[in-house]
Amino acid sequence: MITDKRIAELEKTANQIRQDIIEMLLMAKSGHSAGPLGMADVFTALYFEIANITPETRGEPDRDRVVLSNAHICPVLYATLANRGYFPREELKTLRKLGTRLQGHSNNHFGPDLPIETSGGPLGQGSSQAVGMAIAARANAKRNDVRANGDSPLPVWHTWALLSDGELDEGQSWEAIALAGKLNLRELTAFVDRNNIQIDGFTEDIMPLEPLADKFKAFNWSVVEIDGHNIQEIVAAADKARAIAENPTVIICHTIPGKGVDFMENKFEWHGKPPNVAEAEAALRELRTLGGQIMSEHE
Amino acid sequence: MKYMLNPTLNPQIYAADVEKIPTRNGYGDALVELGEKNPDIFVLTGDLAESTRVLAFQKKFPQQFVECGVAEQNMMGVAAGLALAGKIPFVSSYAVFVPGRCWDQLRVSVCYSNSNVKIAGAHSGISVGPDGATHQALEDIAITRVLPNLTVVVPCDAEETRKCTHAVAEKVGPCYFRFAREKTPVITTKETPFEIGKALVGREGKDATIAACGPLLHEALLAARELEKEGVEVEVLNCHTLKPFDVETLVASVKKTGCCVTVEEHQITGGLYGAVAECLGRNLPAPLEAVGMPDHFGESGEPDELLEKYGMKAKHIVAAVKKAMGRKK
Repeated sequence: MITDKRIAELEKTANQIRQDIIEMLLMAKSGHSAGPLGMADVFTALYFEIANITPETRGEPDRDRVVLSNAHICPVLYATLANRGYFPREELKTLRKLGTRLQGHSNNHFGPDLPIETSGGPLGQGSSQAVGMAIAARANAKRNDVRANGDSPLPVWHTWALLSDGELDEGQSWEAIALAGKLNLRELTAFVDRNNIQIDGFTEDIMPLEPLADKFKAFNWSVVEIDGHNIQEIVAAADKARAIAENPTVIICHTIPGKGVDFMENKFEWHGKPPNVAEAEAALRELRTLGGQIMSEHE
Repeated sequence: MKYMLNPTLNPQIYAADVEKIPTRNGYGDALVELGEKNPDIFVLTGDLAESTRVLAFQKKFPQQFVECGVAEQNMMGVAAGLALAGKIPFVSSYAVFVPGRCWDQLRVSVCYSNSNVKIAGAHSGISVGPDGATHQALEDIAITRVLPNLTVVVPCDAEETRKCTHAVAEKVGPCYFRFAREKTPVITTKETPFEIGKALVGREGKDATIAACGPLLHEALLAARELEKEGVEVEVLNCHTLKPFDVETLVASVKKTGCCVTVEEHQITGGLYGAVAECLGRNLPAPLEAVGMPDHFGESGEPDELLEKYGMKAKHIVAAVKKAMGRKK
């Protein structure tokens, strides 16, 4: 059970990550704002509390696999990794610049010592790769069950897929969801960022997804719905997902795109653009005020 | 006879009743051999286990087999995930679907991520026959050859397909290789060398070079024998690896012969002709003619009728060689 003190710490971290996202995007002069801000709490919980990965054990064969499918929100990934201690925060300023490890969409070869398992960008592809990684973990576990005395066990891990709601428009996502359901792939958990926006507008106008939870259930998934800004709920949902032995779990994270910056919140216009100098200053002022003056309910 | 057939090739190669085996059989045999040795070998298919010859593997190694259903985009991605987690997955489908229906997944999940995925495209070429144009993959080499990190191989017969399957399992990195549907002549033997990226001189000659890939290599050898009767000595290369292309062997041959003809069951644009034109253009400009699909879709028909209609038989190769020789300065 996560303590109130730990929750309060992680809330501060998430706020710092949001400030870093604003500064990165300002320097980069291009990139996505709403999605990264909206997922800062989920990323904080996942990389600081949930997933079995640490900077000290990078590259370990039994590390949990985290697959970012909607990789256009990678500023939140980079800011989270920097705050987690994988690299100095200073490097965040290189986002999208020539020679950077922090590509416009995340890639596994530019930063091989980072816990970035694959490349992303074209939507729907992360779901399938996460299914493949979970199948591999299952195969290793089965071989461990029958291994001879003296043989060292093969690595096993849990796979966490990070998906967006808009990317579920892609047929490939449902092909992957169907296969995971068919295989009762309990080694896999997916977080869906249910922020209700995509580039051209609100998801329910562009291509309706509801009833989303029922769709996953119909594909033989367990479904948990949470407030994606509540660290306690995020961690509890992940614990539950790991404990479900029957089938894969989707954690539908209801989030506010642009969370923490009032003029960005719930505006699909902020899906794919960065703040200018004045907007960044206003955003940072707001985030710092939130961080410094409003007490966490857990403090 | 001054110029000899490569002594490791099937000595019955010119016989009217030359043995014929579908190239895909070599794939199925090799997968079982690989499965025996390596528990990390995985096979995936999209509802085509029998016709891609992976049934025997499925029966023997069910834990290493993933039936993905008719969903090729996901299948390619699942393979990438398996590979990134240390497995060696073989994706088995028809070439029109894989890479045809999942090129973006091949580009990003496999090639850009440099994941160790092996892609087997069955039923390639016009000789697929009665199913018609939709099922005749004539563009797959072009759309794979253009992708960074990807190796592209077109084996010529069942034995070479078997060797190729072992070689791609051994080689770290993504690889695409294609087979035919029909029974095709046995050209190579167990003794014939096979190395990815190294073309094989099937027959030596001095007057013209034929660069061929896939089962049409047999037609190329028949054409060379015809031309020999007219005193023309043709060198025939088995250019099974389209990428990385064996520049050295081709350039050495054309330096000697002064002209070249490409032979392939593929669109002339972007396939072997494309690879050879790029190679000669950079290294040794020379008259170059093509036997292949002339920017056209196929149609229903018997394999032989189609090869005849679209000009991919030995007599067409003979005519192309004469044309190329006539352009020599």
